[in-house]
Amino acid sequence: MALDSKVPQGPLKDKWTDYKNKINLVNPANKRHIDIIVVGTGLAGGSASATLAELGYNVKAFAYQDSPRRAHSIAAQGGINAAKNYQGDGDSTYRLFYDTVKGGDYRSREANVYRLAEVSANIIDQCVAQGVPFARDYGGLLDNRSFGGVLVSRTFYAKGQTGQQLLLGAYSAMNRQIARGKIEMFNRHEMLDVVVVDGKARGIIARNLVTGEIERHSAHAVVIASGGYGNVYFLSTNAMGSNVTAGWKIHKKGAYFANPCYTQIHPTCIPRSGDYQSKLTLMSESLRNDGRIWVPKNLDDVKLIREGKKRPTDLSEDERDYYLERRYPAFGNLVPRDVASRAAKERCDAGYGVNATGEAVYLDFAAAIVRYGTEQAKVKNIKNASDAKIKELGKAIVKAKYGNLFQMYEKIVDENPYETPMMIYPAVHYTMGGVWVDYNLMTTIPGCYAIGEANFSDHGANRLGASALMQGLADGYFVLPYTIGDYLADDIRTGKIPTDTPEFDEAEKSVKENINFFINNKGTKSVDSYHKKLGKIMWDKCGMSRNAEGLKEAIEEISELRKDFWKNVNVPGEANEFNEQLAKAGRVADFLELGELFAKDALVREESAGGHFREEHQTPEGEAKRLKEFQFVSAWEYKGEPKDAVLHKEALEYENIEVKERSYK
Amino acid sequence: MNLTLKIWRQKDASSKGQMVDYKVTEISEHMSFLEMMDVLNEQLVNSGEEPVAFDHDCREGICGMCSMYINGEAHGPDRGITTCQLHMRMFKDGDTITIEPFRAAAFPVVKDLVVDRSAFDRIQHAGGYISVNTSGNTQDANSIPIAKEAADTAMDAATCIGCGACVATCKNSSAMLFVGAKVSQYALLPQGQVEAADRVQNMVAQMDLEGFGNCTNTGACEVECPKGISLDNIARMNRELMKASI
Amino acid sequence: MSGFFKSSIGRKVAMALSALFLMFFLLQHLAINILSVFSPELFNEVSHFMGTNPVVQFALQPVLIFAVVFHFVMGFILELKNRKANGAGYAKNNGAANSTWFSRNMILSGITILAFILLHFIDFWFPEINTKFIQGDWSGTMEGVEGLRYHEELVHKFVNPLRVGAYVLAFVFLGLHLAHGFTSAFQSIGAASLRKKLEKLGIVYSIIVPLGFIFIALYHHFNH
Repeated sequence: MALDSKVPQGPLKDKWTDYKNKINLVNPANKRHIDIIVVGTGLAGGSASATLAELGYNVKAFAYQDSPRRAHSIAAQGGINAAKNYQGDGDSTYRLFYDTVKGGDYRSREANVYRLAEVSANIIDQCVAQGVPFARDYGGLLDNRSFGGVLVSRTFYAKGQTGQQLLLGAYSAMNRQIARGKIEMFNRHEMLDVVVVDGKARGIIARNLVTGEIERHSAHAVVIASGGYGNVYFLSTNAMGSNVTAGWKIHKKGAYFANPCYTQIHPTCIPRSGDYQSKLTLMSESLRNDGRIWVPKNLDDVKLIREGKKRPTDLSEDERDYYLERRYPAFGNLVPRDVASRAAKERCDAGYGVNATGEAVYLDFAAAIVRYGTEQAKVKNIKNASDAKIKELGKAIVKAKYGNLFQMYEKIVDENPYETPMMIYPAVHYTMGGVWVDYNLMTTIPGCYAIGEANFSDHGANRLGASALMQGLADGYFVLPYTIGDYLADDIRTGKIPTDTPEFDEAEKSVKENINFFINNKGTKSVDSYHKKLGKIMWDKCGMSRNAEGLKEAIEEISELRKDFWKNVNVPGEANEFNEQLAKAGRVADFLELGELFAKDALVREESAGGHFREEHQTPEGEAKRLKEFQFVSAWEYKGEPKDAVLHKEALEYENIEVKERSYK
Repeated sequence: MNLTLKIWRQKDASSKGQMVDYKVTEISEHMSFLEMMDVLNEQLVNSGEEPVAFDHDCREGICGMCSMYINGEAHGPDRGITTCQLHMRMFKDGDTITIEPFRAAAFPVVKDLVVDRSAFDRIQHAGGYISVNTSGNTQDANSIPIAKEAADTAMDAATCIGCGACVATCKNSSAMLFVGAKVSQYALLPQGQVEAADRVQNMVAQMDLEGFGNCTNTGACEVECPKGISLDNIARMNRELMKASI
Repeated sequence: MSGFFKSSIGRKVAMALSALFLMFFLLQHLAINILSVFSPELFNEVSHFMGTNPVVQFALQPVLIFAVVFHFVMGFILELKNRKANGAGYAKNNGAANSTWFSRNMILSGITILAFILLHFIDFWFPEINTKFIQGDWSGTMEGVEGLRYHEELVHKFVNPLRVGAYVLAFVFLGLHLAHGFTSAFQSIGAASLRKKLEKLGIVYSIIVPLGFIFIALYHHFNH
């Protein structure tokens, strides 16, 4: 099947408006007869559920957690971008579009990104109307901060808990519709397959995670909003339950999977401390607004620090290497995430890592504390303030800005970051790749949509900070509710979709067989042991930098591991009960397939772009080297084993932006 | 370090449960409490026993899923944290740790340490929202300035993660800190004031219907709340309800 | 409005309002009784006024009785409801980690105070009611006592050390009850912004008032 992105004709800035004016609509009376399933209730799924229900559709929403409010969107800290230009610093829709395409290393679809930038301002209006308490300045107007990879301040925030507040906004909109009976909420349910009838997505098979019951749910369209697949690495900043299962099941039923190798490794996470570690904790990128990143200049100092014989504060300015400021003077500590992460890896690989594992760099607030303190002394008219007083004033400002992050760091690491620099290291955070969708956000299965992190659409090969929240809400509030109507307009006479059809029988049967296999296998190795092994292969060979040899090994190793898993996995307990191991077994089984496709995609992409860094393809200075012949989206079609997957290419055209070398110098 | 764990085991909602003793060894002080539980569960799986069920997800203190009552305190013996942020350095070698589910009549046990907190969701359905359409055709975000203090206080109330530690801790199993926080967030913002009277009445009525107890102002909830939600929010809710009723 | 008092918060507010009234009553009770130490004559006069003034007797006294009964009955109702809400309870619960003993045991201090009030009624209030409403004697005098009888009666009650001991113990519990009750009442009626100040005032109140009553009891015991 040839890929058709269905991007409308016409000038870039008018595409979305003109398209909305012309697409089919469903009249309100008919919407009452149309059901939509939404899988996942994070920012994308939650906002889509609320909006679709408000339009009049009957929505069935599914979450594996005990409440929609717990989706992992809640963990986003720093903020959300919007081209509001409240600061008057030259921001505009075009500039946000430009920054996002450049930040994504020219690997995203122009029309989608422009639409995203266009609706971004609306998101802020919407959220404020919903009662989201964004930070404000003393005049009562909204405050902004700046984020990596851009030269304007366009990030709106709510303390260090922006994702939480936006999710609670979407959750509140859902609550209103749940109260009206327009959303039927299925908490603690997991989608285990999609049901395709006559080529169209018409329902799902779900497991009630409390009782273990397998349920059939039908609808006229199915929306997948199940987030990203960063947990393929075992250790990531994703929630423990985050998984690829919904996305992978639709892939197996015909949805192409795009760019799986584009993974974002976030530069500011708390370093690993041991093998028992279950997950990694992110420290907001906003910290790079005020924190300076460095390692010692001399290896001797590194050694002394690792042995605990020297403290970082003992090192004078000229004994420190502020490597981001040195290498990228224009953007300094605010280079995009992929660049910052690779630079940290480069220093640590060269032996300059500052903790026992050799995988940590410093993020230092001392300079910011002095800068803010001096400013405050002036504001408060304190003449000849002592150093101690300046530090005290400065700490108060830093605390107001990042207090909760500092507290979080201290709880985990047991060190006071106001007194000694934080230690950070990159960690898997976000996946730009995902289910392939067209301009309507529809996958290659008619009637099956993918939104938010689950799709591949807007971030190319690297996502800029504060753009994930923007995309999730844009898809859910403002894009999908229009585009889905165009498809459903043909379904107004279809009537309720029956669930007692052979297609549902078949899907349910295969789901049950799978579950019974796990319960009856009585193997010798735990599910987690496989997940950890997979994670290690992925991190070592498909991590921050990759090469052909390692990727080939990864493909072999994952394939072997998968065989072993299906032979020796041990799942305790019963099928018909609350059984977390069973749920996890299903998720890991899908990761074991995705992981191999991931490596294959990375192997095929013989270039470096954004989060995908191939060691064979770099400039003499060690920067990513993009190649014109790879200016396409890799969309993989399922054909059984991952090694048999077939590659389809969607060429990327840039008519409104000049493809240049991505420089932050 | 080596530890003895006394853990509540209960097969499902209708079964009777009991405390069961387990031993774990070689626990690092840098582990989080849930990582210690992972070690126990891996041990149980490998010896053919059923692992202990507990709720957890983000493991960074924001999703509100984890919910253990550890040594007689919600989220254990540390302040301003959830169970997933509790670290083993708070314990000593040889300690016996008692681990129970959050208890309240309105939070029935689902299995082991997992409880059903859907009562919180139903309270939110009753009025935890502003009735504005998500069409995007709202007025500009800056058209109504909001005093920084009001916005900041609303934000402090809004940081509630809905974990239920307040209910679990309260000797009366009262949900007033949770409800008070939501009522306050909206009552402090001009956008929320339009429906303030209906909201507080409906949410309080649902809270009572769910079988939560009555606040006696012991202040335990504020101390144990991972996000430090202030008792002021309960006072504000009381005021809002009085205002709405008169 | 009737819906309001059926709600959990409404009941809490009603508890607080009755408490505030009772705390005001305690303050005036103490103010009058403390006169017995400094000036028996003044004490007798004020007591006679309070005991015979129709507004006090027929308006304020019934309100007081109602407040006392309501505060106790509602206290018990809420306690029972809260126990039901509490479910199975914990094998191990460390209440001291997050709240004061007296805030968690208001029912205990309350029951002690209730027992005391019964004793107090037998000592003073029932005889008063008997004299005034059954005997019909509103003179405020008694045989063998020169002038008004109130001071003499008061002194007489504090002869027995057991009774004095019971009174002192009850006042200690009253202090504990007030230590939480004072701020709690204001919190219940929504006084949030003054919380820190009220907490301090509450401590002062909960120490001064019981201590005053204890002082009176001991003073009369040891001086007569």
